[in-house]
Amino acid sequence: MANFAKPNVPQFSVDVYQNEYLPEGGSEVNAIVTVTATGGGTIGGAAAAPVYTPGRRPSAAVAIMVDCSGSMDYPATKMRNARDATSAAIDTLRDGTHFAVIGGTHVAKEVYPGGGRVAVADAVTREQAKQALRRLSAGGGTAIGTWLRLADRLLSSADVTIRHGILLTDGRNEHESAEDLRAALDACAGRFTCDARGVGTDWEVKEVTGIASALLGTADIVADPAGLAADFTRMMETAMGKEVADVALRVWTPVGSTIRFVKQVAPSVEDLTVRRTEAGPRAGDYPTGSWGDESRDYHLCVTVPPAGIGREMLAARVSLVVPQPDGSVENLGAQGLVRAVWTDDMTASTAMNPQVAHYTGQAELAQVIQQGLDLRKVGDFDGATAKLGRAVQLASASGNADTAKLLAKVVDVVDAATGTVRLKTRIAEADEMTLETRSTKTVRVKK
Amino acid sequence: MSQKPQQAALQKCPSCAEPVESGDLFCGACGHDLSVVPAPPQDHPTLAMTGVAEPGDGPGGTGNPPAHQPAGRPGTDSGGTPLPGHEPERSTGSGVRFDRPAEPDEYPLQAPDPRLAGAAAPADPAQVCVACRAGRVDSDGYCENCGHAQPRERDHVERESGPVAAVSDRGLRHHRNEDAFAVGHTVLPDGTPAAVAIVCDGVSSATRPDEASLAASQVAGDTLLAALPRGTHPQTAMHEAIVAASQAVNALAEEPATAREHAPHQNAPACTIVGAVVTSGLLVVGWVGDSRAYWVPDDRGAPPARLTEDDSWAAQMVAAGLMSEAEAYADERAHAITGWLGADAYELEPHTASFKPDRPGAVVVCTDGLWNYAETAEEMCEAVPPDAAVRPLHSARVLVGHALDGGGHDNVTVAVLPFPAPSQGAGSA
Repeated sequence: MANFAKPNVPQFSVDVYQNEYLPEGGSEVNAIVTVTATGGGTIGGAAAAPVYTPGRRPSAAVAIMVDCSGSMDYPATKMRNARDATSAAIDTLRDGTHFAVIGGTHVAKEVYPGGGRVAVADAVTREQAKQALRRLSAGGGTAIGTWLRLADRLLSSADVTIRHGILLTDGRNEHESAEDLRAALDACAGRFTCDARGVGTDWEVKEVTGIASALLGTADIVADPAGLAADFTRMMETAMGKEVADVALRVWTPVGSTIRFVKQVAPSVEDLTVRRTEAGPRAGDYPTGSWGDESRDYHLCVTVPPAGIGREMLAARVSLVVPQPDGSVENLGAQGLVRAVWTDDMTASTAMNPQVAHYTGQAELAQVIQQGLDLRKVGDFDGATAKLGRAVQLASASGNADTAKLLAKVVDVVDAATGTVRLKTRIAEADEMTLETRSTKTVRVKK
Repeated sequence: MSQKPQQAALQKCPSCAEPVESGDLFCGACGHDLSVVPAPPQDHPTLAMTGVAEPGDGPGGTGNPPAHQPAGRPGTDSGGTPLPGHEPERSTGSGVRFDRPAEPDEYPLQAPDPRLAGAAAPADPAQVCVACRAGRVDSDGYCENCGHAQPRERDHVERESGPVAAVSDRGLRHHRNEDAFAVGHTVLPDGTPAAVAIVCDGVSSATRPDEASLAASQVAGDTLLAALPRGTHPQTAMHEAIVAASQAVNALAEEPATAREHAPHQNAPACTIVGAVVTSGLLVVGWVGDSRAYWVPDDRGAPPARLTEDDSWAAQMVAAGLMSEAEAYADERAHAITGWLGADAYELEPHTASFKPDRPGAVVVCTDGLWNYAETAEEMCEAVPPDAAVRPLHSARVLVGHALDGGGHDNVTVAVLPFPAPSQGAGSA
């Protein structure tokens, strides 16, 4: 097992924001847990340390999955842009990183290096990979599950710390069943992380976001194929910045309590509640994937047995762990305490913590956008207007300017403060898909 | 709130099963506060109630000429009229409060929560949760099973220093003890003894009130114990001590709030202060805020007295003649204090007063956690055991128990000093 323990593992810190005061009989405890990793990724991609020198950078393997289905030729720029984007991503690879390129149709083909292996990035292999890309041609169907399973096989052949995939598709997953894709995602979950991108507007938003969600990566739309190269470069840079893989949020709760939910709420909303794996008495692990220098927020909601006025209890203890293959865990040190204190001071118990309030609003924003777009698709325009109006109101009040801008392409905003909107009669498909794909993006509390 | 631990006899520490001795206050192995368990009653305070207080508390009271006369209060009228014939009834009525083991059995924090009880209690050498008796206590002071916070050091504190003793308790409604006290004794340059007690009540609406009260009480106590042996007049020393305490509290405001403190209110740490110095012939009190000192003569025939005048809204209304005492104290603003130690105090006005009691007695120095349940001097006198001057620690415990019996809505801190200060030799630190 690769050893990432020594100098470059980022330092994790955990901060808890909550109003710990509950009224008499109160039992629901809400807290925002901010996890920040610092100190590892500042070297950047330029420090091209070979992976063979232990301790410099964590070793990584990346698989790029490029859609080569027949539709990629309509228009022809799509295939060309995908090729260029993959080249740009390969250029961004740090020397020593393991990589492979997969061409995806109704079956998965190894484009480079082939033979069930991964290449190690250097000037020669990069050039060879780009040569191989030129031979990529479009033709065939789409069965994304097969691409993911091949990526998993290739990535697991390398003895590395970080395993990451980049998946590009332009169409629906038509040549396998939804269950096949689901099974592939279940098989790959926890084995590598994967960013997913939809290019054009003929793909299914829920498929792409579902892949990213299951594999703890990001999802986005690249409506204009010309934007692919920049996006691929950015994704690869982020992947190269990862320091620690398979980090889990370990949550301990006292006996008699129930975890209502555990959600990542920044940088995007991701409900982790059902992804819990038990980890000893009263503790469970929630997967968070790999971390570079970054900060994420989690909303934890726990119900505890009410205690008398003046009592104090620990409602949750949050720590970060890396499960090891042998069943043990590496504890990353930082932990945060979520408390509950029962008081008869109404001023204290009725106050809403600003962070909790903000992220409750952001989670609702993501939800009402999804509901609004779903209602619009089934023809319930009144319902859609109400939901999207609420979304405009929430986005405006919380300062989520990006989402507000996307909403303004779908509805005419009459009054953002009250959420009064009119559905646009004509909506560009790309705008609607962009809004749906990015609906879970959140902004952090203004300091 | 009246569940008690069920131990029949306290031979083992309930926390770690280490054998303990009957007089121990804390377990010698794990530090568990043994006062949570009612100790076997060694002796009940006898109910030999003294005579009824003289009606009224006018200046005509025998002896005890207070330099600072507590205002007459209407509330004493009814209590001041019992005829001698009522005495037995009155004694039993009031005496019930004292007819119990010396240790008040009402420290609910340490008592097991009955809803959580029932889980098997492993006889584990590690510290076991006092709430569920099933989980161990983690390094943060919470049970790893039920999550309940464990009693903290300040939840219940008892201390004795020579002739003076004090007890502080979290009470039943607050999640931490924001009161603090300091007790000490010393010898004046002329060789006569002096005893000192300081009691501080953190202002809950301020940030870190617990730190404010702790700092103020420690600094004031240290200042007095340093000044008195040098021959400083006790009243001057008291004034200086309050000023020093005020500076200590002000200094806290400059420190950044700790990360754990996401309190709904953020302002400068603040607390009240009341202190008393007794010497062989002099009784000096000093205060800022609404913590109080009471004089309770050993001879219960003599009138007791309140020695301090609150810096509170109610007291100001009464002093200004705008409201009667009953009206003022019924108002929800009654307890709003108008003077305190803290960086945001308008102006520091330490009040001091000096008395020369003509008979022996005890001085009770306390926070409002006690006097809310014994407001008038007569009520306080009734609550104080007759042997207060001889057994100050026992008396302080009884008075804390009195407040907890009444509801324990606030932190309770009580110091008891005998007057005159007994000469050294008997007591130990």
